[in-house]
Amino acid sequence: MSLIDLANPSRFLALTARVLPWLAAATVILLALGLYQASLAPDDYQQGATVKIMFIHVPNAWLSMLVWGVMSVASLGTLVWRHPLADVAAKAAAPIGASFTFLALLTGSLWGRPMWGTYWEWDARLTSVLILFLMYLGLMALWRAVEDPSRAARAAAVLTLVGAINLPIIKFSVDWWNTLHQPASVMRMGGSTLDKSFLIPLLVMATAFTLLFLTLHLAAMRNEILRRRVRSLQMMQASRIAFSSEAGTGSRDGSASREIGAT
Amino acid sequence: MQLSGRGIRCVRGGREIFAGLDFEAASGEALAVVGRNGSGKTSLLRLIAGLLVPAGGAIELAGGDGELTLPEQCHYLGHRDALKPALSVQENLTFWADFLGGERGDANLSLSTVGLDHATHLPAAFLSAGQRRRLSLARLLTIRRPVWLLDEPTTALDTAGQDMFCGLMRDHLARGGLIIAATHAPLGIDARELRIGRPA
Amino acid sequence: MTALGALIRRDVRIALRVGGGALIGVLFFLTVVVLMPFAVGPDLNLLSRLGPAILWLGALLASLLTLDRLFMADHDDGSLDLITMSRTPLELACAAKALAHWLAAGLPLIVATPVLGLLLNLDMVATGAVALTLLAGTPALTFTGMIGAALAVTLHRGGLLMAVLVLPLSIPVLIFGVAASNAVIVGPTPFGAPFSILCALSLVSFVIGPLAAAASLRHGLD
Repeated sequence: MSLIDLANPSRFLALTARVLPWLAAATVILLALGLYQASLAPDDYQQGATVKIMFIHVPNAWLSMLVWGVMSVASLGTLVWRHPLADVAAKAAAPIGASFTFLALLTGSLWGRPMWGTYWEWDARLTSVLILFLMYLGLMALWRAVEDPSRAARAAAVLTLVGAINLPIIKFSVDWWNTLHQPASVMRMGGSTLDKSFLIPLLVMATAFTLLFLTLHLAAMRNEILRRRVRSLQMMQASRIAFSSEAGTGSRDGSASREIGAT
Repeated sequence: MQLSGRGIRCVRGGREIFAGLDFEAASGEALAVVGRNGSGKTSLLRLIAGLLVPAGGAIELAGGDGELTLPEQCHYLGHRDALKPALSVQENLTFWADFLGGERGDANLSLSTVGLDHATHLPAAFLSAGQRRRLSLARLLTIRRPVWLLDEPTTALDTAGQDMFCGLMRDHLARGGLIIAATHAPLGIDARELRIGRPA
Repeated sequence: MTALGALIRRDVRIALRVGGGALIGVLFFLTVVVLMPFAVGPDLNLLSRLGPAILWLGALLASLLTLDRLFMADHDDGSLDLITMSRTPLELACAAKALAHWLAAGLPLIVATPVLGLLLNLDMVATGAVALTLLAGTPALTFTGMIGAALAVTLHRGGLLMAVLVLPLSIPVLIFGVAASNAVIVGPTPFGAPFSILCALSLVSFVIGPLAAAASLRHGLD
């Protein structure tokens, strides 16, 4: 099945209706497995049990960036390939990405409380995520501000791509602004510093959250397609009624029209 | 009921549009204001509606409701429809009925008269220009006010819509209402002509 | 009263629907507050000392920048003509519109304050104090800003000109709002005096705002 086949919304709806239950089931199983493994992971010698927040926090943070990547590809789809489902994908992804980003912030600040003594520290990593969150909200505001989705799509696509180019710059600037942050520990040059007992549950959780995103995204895309159908049906209804009622008034006021014809 | 103006002078942006204008209209009578572009047809309607202040002269309504001012007894149907695209057809109409107050008719009946009864729950954003005009007409029907000030009322209406509108104006006159319309096209009902400005 | 209730309901409804901008004000507030630490540095002690001032400035800008369409939208679609011709005095209609704007755009700012207080390292008492002073002070901002919004219709210009006209008028609110918040956080001045003045400013603006806005709209009719 190629992307061209998926361009037909009806076929997309039919296909996703079959795929979604399996995706949801896989998500639930992997999440359960990941949480079980995470509960078995040993406490950190410094942080104690609070380190387990990591198993939720890190996948959310990864996804907050992955979703922007997905939206960027979808935006290219809108602007370059003009794929009819691209802007549906982009629009549906934004609130989900914002939610993951919000959860990353929330868990980060809960994690920070025992470590820093405050819920919030202007730590470079958290601050970058906060800016990403603001950009998600801005994008959602843009989608909401324009009533006609096809008009909003191009503006949102441009903003998403500009954001994708700017995000590394923002990240770099924030790092420079706050040089007091901890060095990145998972994806570092020269291999991971994380112990295997942490790494495996973390990877399982990351996969589970990615599947969760896929499930939610497909469901949200279905909703968006249906919402647009309702919209176009309503617009059709608005014009259809006018037509039939004009026929009605025409006959009712037939005498009036004859008089006008006479003058 | 008698609406009359004596020696009205209208100045806009430092330019005199017209001066010494007299007019009279009684219950059940329609007055068609005609004149070339820029002769002040819209200004005259807005003067009566209290939306402009005359530079001279006076406009008064004799025999109306003594408690109310002239603008409060007028319906003004201008070029702009006063509709909010985010609200539904029904919400737009009931808002004006609630806000303008006074004696009111059945909103649903008005909507079906103007041919919008099956679109009541749809956002006004989905309406065409003609349908928006019809919704404005439903406001005139729902809230009872004796004086109708109509500025190019038939714009955007199709033939069937114009017929419907002629019927509405006749009903209004028959109920003792009063219509003053600025128009280029024939109004479609018997109306006395009031020519303002130099002849075209 | 049904007329004013209908006007308030309509304006709040439009602000919350697609195309309405009620929540963009909160987003703006959030962004302004987040920008501050990049300018003054991430020092939490400094931020908690500047916190009330930053929150007040953010709320001031957010509530004024969302105001410029208050009458402009109604003017552009002709609604303002009909509002002028209604039996409701224009002053009351203006007050109702300002109240609706405050409900849709001002109240969310106050709800967002605790979250932003967290970012600026304010403790519970300080955040509560700022939220309380905003609750007492933002109506004054809306009702004073309304005059600028009405002038914007009269002059056919919005945006920055309105901000330039209105921002000086909001200085007293800013002074006593920040003073009352700081009185709670650092002392030693009592909280009561600046807070009472803040409430008084709001009450005065409830009278002056609608009168001035209605007068300006009447003269701006064309």
